[in-house]
Amino acid sequence: MSSIISISNLTKTYASGVQALKPVSLEIKRGEIFALLGPNGAGKTTLINIVCGIVTSSGGTVLADGHDIVRDYRLARMKIGLVPQELHTDAFETVLHTVSFSRGLYGRPRNPEFIEKVLRDLTLWDKRNAMIRTLSGGMKRRVMIAKALAHEPTILFLDEPTAGVDVELRRDMWDMVRSLREKGVTIILTTHYIDEAEEMADRIGVINKGELIVVEEKAALMKKLGKKELTLQLQEPLTAIPAELSDWQLDLKADGLELHYAFDGTSDPNATGRGISSLLKRVSELGIGFKDLNTKQSSLEDIFVNLVHRDSGAGK
Amino acid sequence: MRAPLFNVHGVSAIYRFEMARFTRTIWQSLVTPVITTSLYFVVFGSAIGSRMQDVHGVPYAAFIVPGLMMMTLFTESIFNGSFGIYFPKFVGTIYELLSAPISPLEAVVAYVGAAATKSVVLGLVILATASMFVSIDIAHPIAMVGFLVLIAVTFALFGFILGIWANSFEQLNVVPMLIMTPLTFLGGAFYSIEMLPAAWRVVTLFNPVVYIISCFRWSFFGQADVPVALSVGLTVAFFAACLVAVGMIFKTGWRLKN
Repeated sequence: MSSIISISNLTKTYASGVQALKPVSLEIKRGEIFALLGPNGAGKTTLINIVCGIVTSSGGTVLADGHDIVRDYRLARMKIGLVPQELHTDAFETVLHTVSFSRGLYGRPRNPEFIEKVLRDLTLWDKRNAMIRTLSGGMKRRVMIAKALAHEPTILFLDEPTAGVDVELRRDMWDMVRSLREKGVTIILTTHYIDEAEEMADRIGVINKGELIVVEEKAALMKKLGKKELTLQLQEPLTAIPAELSDWQLDLKADGLELHYAFDGTSDPNATGRGISSLLKRVSELGIGFKDLNTKQSSLEDIFVNLVHRDSGAGK
Repeated sequence: MRAPLFNVHGVSAIYRFEMARFTRTIWQSLVTPVITTSLYFVVFGSAIGSRMQDVHGVPYAAFIVPGLMMMTLFTESIFNGSFGIYFPKFVGTIYELLSAPISPLEAVVAYVGAAATKSVVLGLVILATASMFVSIDIAHPIAMVGFLVLIAVTFALFGFILGIWANSFEQLNVVPMLIMTPLTFLGGAFYSIEMLPAAWRVVTLFNPVVYIISCFRWSFFGQADVPVALSVGLTVAFFAACLVAVGMIFKTGWRLKN
């Protein structure tokens, strides 16, 4: 079995009537880093909280390493570690106590050597006897991670791990995520920063308004997300796109006064002979005059809008 | 891998966590009841008690000891039981409890067990303090300890429900201050209900605290205002009702989960 988490037809409607998740199905592969990408309020945290047992689902099932999260909650939860988005800590506890507490809570016997290792890996060992309330925000975030790792989970959820985190911690965190992956831990992280997903993830899922719009290998998705668009404003309107330009799959807009060319911004289009320079060359060879031209890189927001539109269009 | 039948490590982690808060503030926790008890003895034992007749052959100063213990036991059990679960809800650390492989029963055993432990310790401290002022012979010591534990656990469980229900610190204090304290004062903590006029005696019988204090006092002096079996039955029934309520709370996720 290659899936470590199987989510099928998971739905959530809050008591307020807000539908946070429309039926969502998702397979997380064993040992991968999966990024759940989406704007605020898209349903990322709801999805994670259901899998971790903090929120009750309205329908559907979730298996964590083959264990149903409701029926076999003990085995499922022992496998899962969660670093929530908010910094929830026991202000008056010491670092060592709170991390040891987490290990016990998750049903593991005491193991001071392992706790020491976790704390050292997160550069918390020197602060082990410090009260949590005396720590900086970044250090508190590390404590949250140490708590999540204390029971040796094989699945780690990181909810917005770099929100409000400085550059150094962010780098440390990515190093830690990579080394955990090398040990076979599956990591699911949520983010609304596209570069973060790009840097870390093997696969990316895009969620919007409670719907999983796309789940793709990173490379494939970055191609989609990395669209650029060239617009030529023509001097004379065209009635149709000349056959000589069929290689580029152009769109004619604004009553024939604008030619649009959407292209992949991540690879070098000139290498395929369908780049901008060859297009412009062909346009001038055909004697099509243009007043102006501009290029635009689609922002994450555009991508979401596009994905959502396409999605609802396909559903009709 | 098989699921453990009982998450011993989890229960012990919560229990130790809760007891650590008690020991961290050990002096406040212990000095307060000692001083309060001493003050009660100065006022009720020496100043007023010396002018009082014996109650059923028991000197007044000794007569009030079970009531004093119960007064602290009620407030401390409810407070500790409610605070233990309310505080994680308030600061957000409840996420860990909700996502941990721990059953509702285990969580209740750990939180309520710790809260009850603290109040039993306090009850015994009060007894020890009282015995410095007045000699106390305990007629049924085993029953006394049994009642002490049963009542501490029952009210810690009741407090646990209040802690889940409460959405603010004000709400957390409403029941102990507005309900338990008056009921205790009117529940025969400082008098035998036989000392009341007949009409009030009947009214008093609607106060559940009367039954609890009565049976506890019976374990000390062998005399009760109401039948001991009735007292025990009512306490156990209240305990069972709280248990059912907690079970339903966890089943529905009320005030804990969305």
